[in-house]
Amino acid sequence: MSTIDAGVGLAEDLFGPTPPTGPGPAAAPAPGGDTPIKIIPGVSRGDRIFRVLFRSAGLSVFAIMGLIALFLIIRGAQALRITGWSFLTEQRWQTEAARFGVGAVLPDGIIIAVIALLIAVPVALSAALWISEYAPSGLRRTLISLVDLMAAVPSIVYGLWGLVFLTPRIIGFERWLSTHLGGVLPFLKVRNPEIATSYTQSAFIAGVVVALMIIPVVCSLSREVFSQAPTGEREGAYALGSTRWGMVRTVVLPFGRGGMIGAVMLGFGRAMGETIAVALIISPVFAVTSHPLQAGGNSISSLIALRYGESDKVALSALMAAGLVLFAITLLVNMVASAIISRSRSGAATNE
Amino acid sequence: MTEIEEHGGVATASAADAPTEQLPPVRPGPGSAAGPDGAGAVGRLSSLETRDLSAWFGDHKVLERVSLTMAPGEVTALIGPSGCGKSTYLRILNRMHEMVKSAQLAGQVLLDGADIYSPGRRPADVRARVGMVFQRPNPFPAMSIYDNVVSGLKLAGIRAGKARRDELVETSLTQAGLWIEVRNRLRAPGGALSGGQQQRLCIARSLAVEPDVLLMDEPCSALDPTSTRRVEETIADLRGRLTIVIVTHNMQQAARVSQSCAFFLATHDTPGRIVEAGPTRQLFEDPQDERTSDYVNGRFG
Repeated sequence: MSTIDAGVGLAEDLFGPTPPTGPGPAAAPAPGGDTPIKIIPGVSRGDRIFRVLFRSAGLSVFAIMGLIALFLIIRGAQALRITGWSFLTEQRWQTEAARFGVGAVLPDGIIIAVIALLIAVPVALSAALWISEYAPSGLRRTLISLVDLMAAVPSIVYGLWGLVFLTPRIIGFERWLSTHLGGVLPFLKVRNPEIATSYTQSAFIAGVVVALMIIPVVCSLSREVFSQAPTGEREGAYALGSTRWGMVRTVVLPFGRGGMIGAVMLGFGRAMGETIAVALIISPVFAVTSHPLQAGGNSISSLIALRYGESDKVALSALMAAGLVLFAITLLVNMVASAIISRSRSGAATNE
Repeated sequence: MTEIEEHGGVATASAADAPTEQLPPVRPGPGSAAGPDGAGAVGRLSSLETRDLSAWFGDHKVLERVSLTMAPGEVTALIGPSGCGKSTYLRILNRMHEMVKSAQLAGQVLLDGADIYSPGRRPADVRARVGMVFQRPNPFPAMSIYDNVVSGLKLAGIRAGKARRDELVETSLTQAGLWIEVRNRLRAPGGALSGGQQQRLCIARSLAVEPDVLLMDEPCSALDPTSTRRVEETIADLRGRLTIVIVTHNMQQAARVSQSCAFFLATHDTPGRIVEAGPTRQLFEDPQDERTSDYVNGRFG
């Protein structure tokens, strides 16, 4: 609650700022000198133990993150020394020839994540909106636990499902997309469009499977935010003669905007890091994916999963360096996401 | 005893006396769109009446057979101790009651003679004609002051051009007693105003859709004395322009702003009823019921 811009109002209309948020009685002068006194609150032994315990638990998060980063830097250093900055741009992955880098796998992974978001975000947000605003309350509880259950399904299960069940069934759709939209959007074309295997193992299929995995995350976070939209404002909208959709547009969506953005970015972070489903589906290609419907694709995490077993010392170090890049990117995305969530109104209580 | 006779004299007089230019220039909008009874004509004031109104939350009965007429263009105050059902009663008058799950009711609510609960009537249409101001100021905080005032037009599906909206913002804010304070910063967010200003913004927002009735649920209980005075002045200014029903815990406020008054009372085993209703002066100076006299003189509640 911010204070009033006193310069504008007329003198008679100057109401004070409502809640005393500023330094109030704390600023009372000390009886002796007019300097701030040091306030020392009494702390019991129990308090002290409690504090130490929880402070160390909290700080251990930093320690773990720091140790992971340190581990990746140390183990990846050898590979990074060989390639230098070209590690970020080199597309090939030939560790024996000292030509390797994330120039292809990183954008490929981002492409899969973007495909996943394009599918997951509309589905997840509409589902969240329906669950929080429209679903009958009996059904609502069931749906909430179902969505949470969806998040709990192991990713290998999604991967197998995508490989065994989805792939043969989605080829028809891919072909349809390619033939009907390929003219307008050339990147949807594929080599040898008449052969079914041109469409399997594509970045698109991987994206669809990853979408299924991030839908529950995005859905449950944004539903949580929607349901916190203040009752007072909801009633205010209704009392003006609003329909439910009008109320959702005026109150729920503006309130939930920050939360939605944050949820989408967290979903992106998860999509980037998703390993096993992608590794199962795509056939790794070390070139930037230009035709997502066509077989071939890659991502850092699937690269690590697929190459880990057959690596010598340098190759292993190169994988660690790739892991470091992924770690840095997901960390950055997640930090930006949580910053957006906490800065928006969604995170904080409203009026008072 | 439990019914107010219509104070037809006062009401018609104020309706007839009201100079036309005091009213918003045009009165199209929700009234004409919503009412089959053709209300919303220029200068026409709406009456509101409940007949044998009972209400429940689940199995718990909170109101029993409340019959009351709220005269057109007057301010009717609903008073009574906490939990006597007066807020529930108010929320029934614009169909906010049914938003609570398990809420039920019996009886009739007649707006200009037509039951607002008749089958097929859309709650949104009723609410566009019967506006409401809540206990806690609830402007849309991220929306600008200007957009807050005209938000109801969009929500109720009323089309208005830029010039019309500008005019509506000025008249509504003026009627709500906020225009002078905010006219230079209409683009500032509504959430940045003080509590009292927010409440007057909410009043302006309700007035902008040009309702026939304005319900106020303890509109001053979260405000400081200065803001309370401003809101009361606003209510006094609005008298004769639309029908107002106000719930208040503050006896002096009821005495200051209302022309009619209804005293609600519930005991722990009986649902809320109207003990006494009538002209405010009579209720305060010559109450017919001993309980009313005890309450208005501050002996309980």
